[in-house]
This record gives sequence, structure tokens and C-alpha cells, in this order.
Amino acid sequence: MKHRALLIGMIALLPFTARATQADQIKASHAWIRLLPANLPAGGYVVLDNQGTSSAALLSAQSSAYGSVMLHQSTTSPAGSDTMRMLDRLHIPAHGQVALAPAGYHLMLQQATHPLKPGDKINITLNFADGSHLQVPFLIRPANATD
Amino acid sequence: MKLSRFARLACLLIAGIMLAACQRHDAAAPWQLTDISGHMPDLSFQLTDDRGKNVTAADYRGKVTLLYFGYTHCPDVCPLTLAHLHVVMQRLGNLADGARVLFVSVDPTRDTPEALHAYATAFDPHVVGLTGAPADIETLTKRYRAAFSREPGKSGGDYDVSHSSGIYIFDGNGRARLLATPEDSQDKLIHDLHLLLSTGGAT
Repeated sequence: MKHRALLIGMIALLPFTARATQADQIKASHAWIRLLPANLPAGGYVVLDNQGTSSAALLSAQSSAYGSVMLHQSTTSPAGSDTMRMLDRLHIPAHGQVALAPAGYHLMLQQATHPLKPGDKINITLNFADGSHLQVPFLIRPANATD
Repeated sequence: MKLSRFARLACLLIAGIMLAACQRHDAAAPWQLTDISGHMPDLSFQLTDDRGKNVTAADYRGKVTLLYFGYTHCPDVCPLTLAHLHVVMQRLGNLADGARVLFVSVDPTRDTPEALHAYATAFDPHVVGLTGAPADIETLTKRYRAAFSREPGKSGGDYDVSHSSGIYIFDGNGRARLLATPEDSQDKLIHDLHLLLSTGGAT
């Protein structure tokens, strides 16, 4: 009897003691790619929700559908000039949301390994700071798609 | 009581002034975008279109033109702007036939007419891709103070190009009229283009 109570207690505590990985905490939604003609670099977008109690950091991404996937940010200078820069990491605060969306954070996808067309879905693996991975299906959309 | 009547009077007065100011503003400038009439030179260029034809600004006389600088290896901001302009053209309906979006490449080394043709047509039939000699493109960007620079240092000969994000709008006579920024809503663009297109740019 005493043992059973202890066991129940331990089971009840399990979810709090087992450490969730960053990938476990992240819910990805609205994942899509703006397909451009002639194998031009494409932008990948996704909304990342951190449902955990600790912050997560996206470090990189990869996909068998692209030779190169880079984490980028588009910025507009006060003078109205657009430029892109590479990011080392993207923090997603606990209980917070970060959107990779046009004209901001995005994945720059280059060297498609096979021809893609609107309506296709490809997987992209997101790599987090603790070494965990999250595979997300991205919908291929036409060049002139608006969010 | 005296104070409250004074306050009410003051409110009325202020409201009146504001209304008058609004009306005066509307009468002088019906535009929702930034009015650049008289502040920017007329449209002038000598470039090659996405079908390989040599063109000048005179080829687009009679059309309301939207001049936008970009490059095809720009995966994020340029496609977003062109996708928005596609929606604007769609929403203008038949009036859009009187408009052309001139997408001028600031990366002529990679943006051949063929590359630009595939790119332009992927967005909207009213988009024309323009490329040309680097000096001719520089002349055009300088004319509209649309700075751009190349940022080398990446592997594999890749480089980023930073470029001005404004959309310069010219009337059918090639006169600079309006400037739109990416922050301006589609509604503002549609409002002003509707006005320019329905008056034939004669206002």
C-alpha cells in the first residue's frame, strides 16, 4: 500500500521531472514556401509557438529538397533600403511566438534538388540549440501568393 | 456652468478648425500616397525589356508606370512587393490595362532578359522586367536617388544586393507623381492608381 502511493506519486511527478526538448516545446504552423521560377532562391515561412516554460533557440534548418537552407532576416534601413542578413540563432521566448514571415525572418532556400510546383509539400528539419530537431511540412505556393 | 459653456465652445471651435483643415487638405491633395509631383524628374531610361527589346521611357507613354528596383535573387522582400502589386492590379480590374509595373534589376550580371521574363510573368502580366548596362541602370537609380549596393564576401560568387524599397509612380506623360513605400497599404495604392488611371493622368 505504501509502495503503491509512492509509485503514484512518482508517476504524477514524471511530467515535471522529465525535461522536454526545445523541439518538443515548439508548435509549428502556417509553414509555406514562395516558389520562384528558374531555381531562384526561395523564401520559407513558418510560425513558431513555444508552449514550454523555457526559451528555445532555432540555430539552423535543413531539407533533402534543398541543397542549402539559411536563416535570414530582411531589414529596411531608415533610408528605405532593403537588405538581408544571416542569423546565428533565433530565440523563441517561453510561452512566446516568433513568426518567420515575408519582409522579416525567413529561411532562404537554395539549390532545389528536384523540381517543385505549387501544391507540393516538402519537409524541413528545424535544429534547436539543445540538439533537438523538429520536422515540419512546408506547402509550396506560387510566386505571387500573399500571406 | 460658465466654464462648461466655455469648454463646449472651445471644443466646437477646435472641431471646426480641424474640419476646415481636413477639407483644405483634401482639396489640395486627393492622394493617399506621398505626392512627389515636381520633386522628382520625369521618367527617362534606356534599357532592355524582358523580351530582349531595347526600350526607353517613351515606349510606356500613355501608361501609368510603377517603377520598382529589385533583383531576382531576392527571395523575400522583392517577391512580397510584386505579389502585393499583383493583388493591386487584380483589384483594379480593367483599369490595370493602363498600368505597367517596371521591375528594374539592380543586378544586371545575373538578371538576363530571359531570367527576368520568367520572374516577371510569375507575378503578373502587367509586370515588365527591365535590365541593361550597369551604367544605364546606375543612371536611373541615381535619377531617383534609389541607392543600391552590392555586398560581396559570400562563398560561391553569391552576393546580396541592398536596394531601395520605394515604388515610384508616374502618370501617362511620364511625370513623377507619387511614391509608395512597402508600409503603404494596398488600399492606398488602389485609391491613388484608380484616380490616376481614370483621369488618364491629366490632373
